[in-house]
Amino acid sequence: MNIVKPNYSRPLDFKQGQVDMAHGSGGRAMAQLIAELFITGFDNAYLAQGNDGALLPIITERLVMSCDGHVVSPLFFAGGDIGCLSVHGTINDVAMMGARPLYLTASFILEEGFPLADLKRIVLSMATAARLAGVPIITGDTKVVERGKGDGVFITTTGVGVAREGITLSGDLAQPGDIILLSGTIGDHGMAVLSQRENLTFDAPIMSDTAALHGLVAAMLDSEVRLRVLRDPTRGGLATTLNEIAKQSGVGMMLHESAIAVNQPVEAACEFLGLDPLYVANEGKLVAICAPEDAGRLLEVMRAHPLAREAAIIGEITEDAHGFVQMTTKLGGRRIVDWLAGEQLPRIC
Amino acid sequence: MKYVDEFRGGELGMNIAANIAFEATAASGYRLMEFCGGHTHALSRYGIADLLPASVRMIHGPGCPVCVLPIGRVDQAIRLAREHGVILCTYADTMRVPCSDNLTLMRAKSGGADVRMIYSTQDALKIACDNPNRQVVFFAIGFETTTPPTAVAVKQAAAEGLKNFSVLCNHVLTPAAMHAILSVKGGVALDGFVGPAHVSTVIGSKPYEVFADDYGKPVVIAGFEPLDVMQAILMLIRQINEGRATVENEFTRAVTREGNLKAQALVEEVFELREVFEWRGLGSLPHSALKLRPAFAEFDAELKFSIDYVAVRDHKACECAAILRGEKRPQECKIFGTVCTPDNPIGSCMVSSEGACAAHYSYGRFRDAA
Ligand code: SF4
Repeated sequence: MNIVKPNYSRPLDFKQGQVDMAHGSGGRAMAQLIAELFITGFDNAYLAQGNDGALLPIITERLVMSCDGHVVSPLFFAGGDIGCLSVHGTINDVAMMGARPLYLTASFILEEGFPLADLKRIVLSMATAARLAGVPIITGDTKVVERGKGDGVFITTTGVGVAREGITLSGDLAQPGDIILLSGTIGDHGMAVLSQRENLTFDAPIMSDTAALHGLVAAMLDSEVRLRVLRDPTRGGLATTLNEIAKQSGVGMMLHESAIAVNQPVEAACEFLGLDPLYVANEGKLVAICAPEDAGRLLEVMRAHPLAREAAIIGEITEDAHGFVQMTTKLGGRRIVDWLAGEQLPRIC
Repeated sequence: MKYVDEFRGGELGMNIAANIAFEATAASGYRLMEFCGGHTHALSRYGIADLLPASVRMIHGPGCPVCVLPIGRVDQAIRLAREHGVILCTYADTMRVPCSDNLTLMRAKSGGADVRMIYSTQDALKIACDNPNRQVVFFAIGFETTTPPTAVAVKQAAAEGLKNFSVLCNHVLTPAAMHAILSVKGGVALDGFVGPAHVSTVIGSKPYEVFADDYGKPVVIAGFEPLDVMQAILMLIRQINEGRATVENEFTRAVTREGNLKAQALVEEVFELREVFEWRGLGSLPHSALKLRPAFAEFDAELKFSIDYVAVRDHKACECAAILRGEKRPQECKIFGTVCTPDNPIGSCMVSSEGACAAHYSYGRFRDAA
């Protein structure tokens, strides 16, 4: 006699299995994927309730929200993958507002045929990143698109946080005389991804710097220096971020090339591909602009944090009707550090 | 990469700058043309103008591959992609060169033409192998540096019997352009050349001897690092002060008199001189460019698809022609920095970072803003 086990369904095959259209259909297959992968992986009380949304406790402080889509290719690269990147990216965007990130949401667009093994690896990487950061992923969504209509997996995350009392950071607050600090080397993430894609090999692979910066930001805010702007120079690199700030604040900048550190393999890879590290993405660095009297103290605080050991003062804000970001070169000449023109670099975040 | 930093260092640069300032005393001044876009870029990127005395004036030359490409040549590429349905493979810079009908390869691509950006000729071959049912055309541009890789690709395609690969050949020759600059009537007055870096690794320093011997212009071949360029400027000043005109080589770490004979033989095997080729700015110059030899005719996209070259006039406000001849500076163009910017280039000199207009806009325009 055939015995039908109650409530039994065959577990997902995370070794050989693939995403198929049913995983996004809203039916049993989707429920199974959510239960066995996402709820188990992200493991928190909000998700475990299994509702359409998460019911949050009352929050009385000013809220900060930020949202970030991730389409990096390749999905796995030295130093990280699209999973931890999607957690770090949004945590950092919330942190740059001077806020403490509280919750994340995640939305997945999966391509039909994507290996479940890779999906599991990505979800576990997200789960680990979220746990280490202390910011749970409390609700999410999954959609599946037909083969050829996606690129494996795209992940969009949203972050909610609360701004520290009395702190307002904004790109339009930089004033002439203010000092610009940078938390470390530039170009690591972008070149980790690009060198992998272009099959450039070095003695040691270039590692992405992807990291959650809210701890560093908290330490900086604790020091009570007069911070005006925080921003993480991701897509478009340091040059783009500084131009955005200059434009928002209606000021100019004078940078010093010799103060901006670039790891040697990154420099070599940039040289090879004809790129300028100033325009290459970072995922674990921040730019801080503060009042001139506080710059020394801020630098000390930053250097005391493990994610900003190589922090440096890289320039100052100037009065400039043209809003030029300029730089004194290592040779002693002067140049503009302009907006990036023309084609985007390939997808790296 | 210690190697690179050695050639960008501050102290050595200051020393060379001090020597230049000390020695550049001739009342008539020094009008030096850096032939290559690579040098134009280095001068701007490192702010070298700030380290030179007023007596030394650098004049940008025509050695920027996408800058000298006339509109009609890009039109040909677009026609191939749109009317003949080929997969057109091109280097990144070429994507944004403005051409007829307000088009660029990039816009043609968003309009549905199959244009693919590649990093090397090998990428183009691979695309041809992967798409046996499509015709694949490599849009080959550049001076003598980029010619050998194209030759390799053509030979490889021939050896593999690839029937769906061809080349739209626009390879041009450096010495022909230097001749043209020096022989334009009423053209720019020059006292010497900073000679090409990468080009010279292929062709050697010998082809420049005629400019020293017959035209009396000193030539100093220089690498693309900022200190290379500064050292070359100093060497030119010394020649001029001493009344000498010879070919000197600052870039001895890579350039010999004879050049790379293997690469030259390869190019010789695959290419022959075109009767005449139209350059942007320099006009139609005899024997100034290459085409595939008859033995490789089946890989010549112009023959394969019977697309004729049709000359097209530049935008009427654009001064690229005069800039490429060294007669004008970017800021003398009426639409520089307003209508024409790197985000919306009107002329080819605003496209590549090696173009004079793009280099001045991206790195040096603060000098105009006083
Ligand atoms: S600014 Fe633009 S239009 Fe004017 S010469 Fe340069 S490229 Fe041509």
